[in-house]
Amino acid sequence: MVNGSRTAPPPAAPAAPARIQVADLRLSYGDKEVIHGISFDVRANEILGVIGPAQSGKSSMLRCLNRTIEFVAGARVAGTVHVDGEDVSRTRDVHALRRKIGMVAPLPVGLPLTIYDNVAFAPRCAGLRDRAELDALVEHCLRQAALWDEVKDRLGSLGTALSGGQQQRLTIARALSHRPEVLCLDEFSIAIDPVTTMRIEDVLKELRREITIILVTNLTQQARRLADRTMFMLNGRIVELDRTDVVFSEQPGSRQTWDYVNGNFG
Amino acid sequence: MSAAAPPATNPAVPRFARTAHVARKERSERVARVVFALMAAAMVVPLAAILGYLLWKAAPALRLEFLLDVPKKGMTEGGIWPAFVGTLYLVGLSLAVSAPVGVLAAVYLNEYSRDNAFTRAINLAVINLAGVPSIVHALFGLGAFVYAAQFGYSILSASLTLAIMTLPVIIASTREALASVPHSFREACWNVGASRWQTIQAVVLPNSISGILTGLILQVSRAAGETAPIMFTGAVFYKAVQRGDLLPYRLDEQCMALSMHLYTVATQVPNVQEAIPYATAVVLLGSVLLVNATAVTLRVWLRGRKRW
Repeated sequence: MVNGSRTAPPPAAPAAPARIQVADLRLSYGDKEVIHGISFDVRANEILGVIGPAQSGKSSMLRCLNRTIEFVAGARVAGTVHVDGEDVSRTRDVHALRRKIGMVAPLPVGLPLTIYDNVAFAPRCAGLRDRAELDALVEHCLRQAALWDEVKDRLGSLGTALSGGQQQRLTIARALSHRPEVLCLDEFSIAIDPVTTMRIEDVLKELRREITIILVTNLTQQARRLADRTMFMLNGRIVELDRTDVVFSEQPGSRQTWDYVNGNFG
Repeated sequence: MSAAAPPATNPAVPRFARTAHVARKERSERVARVVFALMAAAMVVPLAAILGYLLWKAAPALRLEFLLDVPKKGMTEGGIWPAFVGTLYLVGLSLAVSAPVGVLAAVYLNEYSRDNAFTRAINLAVINLAGVPSIVHALFGLGAFVYAAQFGYSILSASLTLAIMTLPVIIASTREALASVPHSFREACWNVGASRWQTIQAVVLPNSISGILTGLILQVSRAAGETAPIMFTGAVFYKAVQRGDLLPYRLDEQCMALSMHLYTVATQVPNVQEAIPYATAVVLLGSVLLVNATAVTLRVWLRGRKRW
């Protein structure tokens, strides 16, 4: 417990209730097991950083949370995932579950619709038809994603025509449009420039007050900047999950963690 | 200088020197280009020859009157109106059946089905059906629609036979069009809680419609040109029809058709005016080319509206 003086102390007390509880989660693609029984909690209103080299199961783990793993042929999941106490494998309405968990993919995906329709898509799928409500929601989400000022005059133009960084913020706006309680970002900064990355990081700091964030990232420093707690995954296992200042301290719980965050491998 | 040094790093050879290897490479590049260009040109020659020959032979009969008039004097003179309308009927009706069934089946196979024995069996059936010769489809249509379903020799039987024949190809082309929509769009939709059908409606179909339509329209021209399936099931040599009548046939009647008429006047009827078979061929070919041109135009227009 050296070096405990971070500039941004974690606001979430250790006693905060668990939003997501993962217990002994195993995932195999065909005969090959890629996640070997991991267990962890995600607490309400925290930013959980997930770091680790490629192929360590970070993205696959996210897909287990909202059950989009079911779209991958040959994927088999064992163990349980509870979101707000509800077992996701038994949930009655999987679409409502997915609306509860916002997902942002590594590469920005503007749907081939207008900017407005990109953001209004999810609420419409959930049955919202009222134009005024939609308008307000679209503006709110675009503002939250720090994109409103750039696109407010051309909501009718194509989302796919935006630049990469704008599309990524559009993706975030879309992920926020269904009022998620958890927002999962999977290496969101992989295809965008550092300035846009910093803008989105500021957005995340704002959002933390309202929702829980899982931030999967290859940039260990990004986790260090943003995360309250950091989880280090390696080869489908959790090596360490602790407060970010501990993980990035001189004496983390595991030698492998120290090697990774100090750039000795990965 | 060591013999083992790889040529690329051989210090004795300047970097951009024209070595024997480079010369050989450039020569084969030139030869390849010429050979491929010749093949592409060779493909155009028969097409141009056919068109030119047909038009030249058909010229004496090629008037609007030829299209609108009925055959006269035992089909040795007059026009081809009944055959033209018959082909429109057959193709339109067969497409009305095969387009919805084919497109919806393809959507199921591409968007919903999992990779299991059932799906693989359907895929196998589609591929094999697409390769069945039309004469076999004709025999199937005769057994299934004319006799078993008791539709008799009729437009209905003939259209259904054409529909069965074009169905597998429509399924294959539609699947290809659907598969060309990037998977990431679907995942983005699923991630925000859209169901498969909502995803298909909002993103998949609007962005694959140009490919789907092209596939459909190409099957129109194929259906228009086939003779065997309709000869077995509902097309006749001759049927008395009023000149310019737009609704000369009932569904349970037999009809004339362009492809069949061409076969008849070219081989079965003596003393036909020389230009008539050629003019019939020109009308058939012209209709097919017109439909194909529509397909191309539609494709270009829809691709211009493509949104990624």
